[in-house]
Amino acid sequence: MRLVRGVLVLCAFLLGFGVRATNADPFADAVAALGADGFAARAAAVERLADLGDPRAVPVLRAMSEGQLLVRKADGALAIQDGTRAYDPVTNQTLVSFNPDDYETVRLNNRLRSTLRGALGRLVLFSPDPRERLEAAIGVFKTRSVENLPLLRKAIAAETDAEVLAQLRLSLAATQLLSDDRAERLAGIAGLAGAADVEVRAMLLQLAADGEPDAEVRRRAADAVAALDRRLATLRLVQNLIQGLSLGAVLLLAAMGLTITFGVMGVINMAYGEMVMIGAYATFVVQQLVREYALGLTELTPILAIPTAFVVAGALGIALERSVIRHLYGRPLETLLMTWGVSMILQQAVRSIFGATNREVASPSWMSGAIEIAGGITVTQNRIWIILFSLAVLAAVILATRLTRFGLYMRAVTQNRGMASAMGIRTGRIDALTFGLGSGIAGMAGVALSQIDNVSPNLGQAYIVDSFMVVVFGGVGNLYGTLLGAMSLGVINKFLEPYAGAVLGKILVLVAVILFIQRRPRGLFALKGRAAEV
Amino acid sequence: MSKSSWVRGGLFAAAITACASAFMPAQAQQPPIKVGVLHSLSGTMAISETTLKDTIVMLVEEQNKAGGLLGRKLEAVVVDPASNWPLFAEKMRELLQVHKVDVVFGCWTSVSRKSVLPVVEELNGLLFYPVQYEGEESSRNIFYTGAAPNQQAIPAVEYLMSKDGGEAMRFVLLGTDYVYPRTTNKILRAFLHSKGIADADIMEEYTPFGHSDWQTIVARVKRFASEGKKTAVISTINGDANVPFYKELGNQGIKAEDIPVVAFSVGEEELAGIDTKPLVGHLAAWNYFQSVKNPINEAFIKKWHAFTKNPKRVTNDPMEAHYIGFKMWVQAVQQAGTTNVDAVRQAMYGQKVMSLSGYDVQMHPNHHLSKPVMIGEVQEDGQFEIVWQTKGPIVADAWSPYIAENKGKVANWTYPWVCGNCTEPRFKN
Repeated sequence: MRLVRGVLVLCAFLLGFGVRATNADPFADAVAALGADGFAARAAAVERLADLGDPRAVPVLRAMSEGQLLVRKADGALAIQDGTRAYDPVTNQTLVSFNPDDYETVRLNNRLRSTLRGALGRLVLFSPDPRERLEAAIGVFKTRSVENLPLLRKAIAAETDAEVLAQLRLSLAATQLLSDDRAERLAGIAGLAGAADVEVRAMLLQLAADGEPDAEVRRRAADAVAALDRRLATLRLVQNLIQGLSLGAVLLLAAMGLTITFGVMGVINMAYGEMVMIGAYATFVVQQLVREYALGLTELTPILAIPTAFVVAGALGIALERSVIRHLYGRPLETLLMTWGVSMILQQAVRSIFGATNREVASPSWMSGAIEIAGGITVTQNRIWIILFSLAVLAAVILATRLTRFGLYMRAVTQNRGMASAMGIRTGRIDALTFGLGSGIAGMAGVALSQIDNVSPNLGQAYIVDSFMVVVFGGVGNLYGTLLGAMSLGVINKFLEPYAGAVLGKILVLVAVILFIQRRPRGLFALKGRAAEV
Repeated sequence: MSKSSWVRGGLFAAAITACASAFMPAQAQQPPIKVGVLHSLSGTMAISETTLKDTIVMLVEEQNKAGGLLGRKLEAVVVDPASNWPLFAEKMRELLQVHKVDVVFGCWTSVSRKSVLPVVEELNGLLFYPVQYEGEESSRNIFYTGAAPNQQAIPAVEYLMSKDGGEAMRFVLLGTDYVYPRTTNKILRAFLHSKGIADADIMEEYTPFGHSDWQTIVARVKRFASEGKKTAVISTINGDANVPFYKELGNQGIKAEDIPVVAFSVGEEELAGIDTKPLVGHLAAWNYFQSVKNPINEAFIKKWHAFTKNPKRVTNDPMEAHYIGFKMWVQAVQQAGTTNVDAVRQAMYGQKVMSLSGYDVQMHPNHHLSKPVMIGEVQEDGQFEIVWQTKGPIVADAWSPYIAENKGKVANWTYPWVCGNCTEPRFKN
């Protein structure tokens, strides 16, 4: 009995093998072609696989688009890599003797990637997971093809999720524009009328550019573009404002520490930028430690880095104050030269320790990507977090100077050193701590900047001029002035930039600040009373 | 100096000589051939130039292991111009007059090259310049081993306009505000006009060095791309500004399939400082990528890893240019039998080297190379996958034919022309 079964299995196997060789399992055949040489051949294989409509193709295509599809160098056999394990894309069986060195990734180019996106879109449109369906609908929207029309109609009829449905309707309308049928095209334009998306605008314009024969369709399309432009103009204003605020938040963060050291203490610290840079490198070190010892905390790296950067930069600031700056109080020129020298020493030290090349600080997933407000206008996540972070730091600093004993001492010393000293405050110690606080805040700014800028030894230099500008513009020594100064400079910059360009925009802002300082030498918020005389 | 200290000094010198000759018996009699290295090891440009200094030091070491040159040892003389352009000229003078070097490998930015040019011409030195640049120059004393615009920019645009490259019809020219991007974009604009692209379909935008806030520009690029034609970005953004630019692109969700960016100044070294995931599919045009597969390149990478003691160090295009320049100079010195600058220069013309890219590259009488052009797409591991390359090496134009004022200009340092910028030969019979 067992023998008979064995023979049967063997027969079936042989049969299966024979069938496969004569192309009767088109799925296995199409999959095998994915590893073909040349991007054009691979794209054709993707299309063929997608046209089969076989749900088994989904994981294979997804693996391919994520670079997990491997091809054996020796014979072109395919495998899907999943961590350290690998399995056969057709049979899903784990490959026992898998050696990654024998394989190489099936490489993609842009054309192939876009083909893959469209193919996956068509296949996943009926997936049970609404997130997958949404992604699929977007894929179909971006890679429009008239053949998708019946598929989209079927999907719309079956769809229950409101968000996916809206995207499907948009995809349908966008696809209808390509139809040969005039009524379909008109329906498409009507379907796109409510959208406020730059990509929709491109599609509508393309209709006219492709030589639309029908005058009515052309007119409707032009009307739709005009309406879209009006909506976009308003949104653009909002976008400029948000971008200005986010630039302002970066400036605020960079300038806040300077407000304390320069504004409150009157020390011109040219090494201030390097404190920011050291904060950024502290983030890098924390990241490396987390990767080495606590992989589970990777997502929290920036949060862990904040206190580290504060302490490291703050301690360095205190050391700098005790060793150099305290000997130079009241001699601004010498302080300037000395701290400039210190800044070069710090830069070269970091270059010697960490190397001259940029260091990579990865953004955690909750800080990457963007939130789409409306119509292709996006605000990136990292910027939102930086706005919130800078406001939080500002609040913390204001509270610290208002409510704590140290804050009281600090204000007392800066307002009247002699009197404070007479009251028994150890002014030297307060000076050191104040300088440490300013430097520590700079270090925290470095953590935020590591998310949007290079972590390189030159990081600080890019921000020192802007920081001084903000502090002087806002009014020396006034945290509210710094807030208002940073935000208004950010917004002005962002409103000028689209018209004047980045280079001229920056020059115009500088000129405006110079003129402003001519009129009001003490900035937006001048300190009044005795403190102003110091 | 007293007599006893004379004696002591003499003894000391004798001891040193004895000691030295014990270690290198054969060649110690002759003074070494000095190879100057003029790359910034501190300041802004250290990020790129330090690697090139290491490359030359490694090549010198290797040449010494192979028995030196003309029976003499090579010695690398490294100076640090600290990313300070006037200091480049001073250090060049120091190399040529104080150290009396026989050849100099150095410079990165065009402005540093322009600053050493009068010095190297005045003192009749020899400089090998390894970086892709804007062209429009051919000095008697400089060999340009990087790409001229027709060996990088123009093939890249042709690729973007091809079917594989996405048939782009609209172009954004983004650059840092200095001479290289401005000149390159001038050439590109003229080239695009010749391909029938109107001015309305070209957006040109410059940013300051180290620009870090790209929100507005990326949003504008997005809007510019919404005019119904396939759009591509050509980036001559240099140095540190690239990281925030690509981060902003990634965060604003611009994928390479939608708007591809082709960069002329972003190589493996620059990518090492970025999280490359959101960049996958964006392009770069160079004459060499680390991912080129051939035995010479693989051996070179192995040597580089051993030399730097870091198996993750990447190689890049300017390093390859130095490799070509150094090998060519060694060949030319052997051919001339001397390190005399004039003799070596004459021996350079027509010199051929098998480059790391796997092609035979040749030095032409305009002091530029013929090199292959490759387009690579960024991969997740920070390497480039070559998606297109020219059939063979392309000869560099020192003077771009796409700039009207260049009409009739010739760079040719052989008889009868003997000039880098002239419209008539110097010698006429």
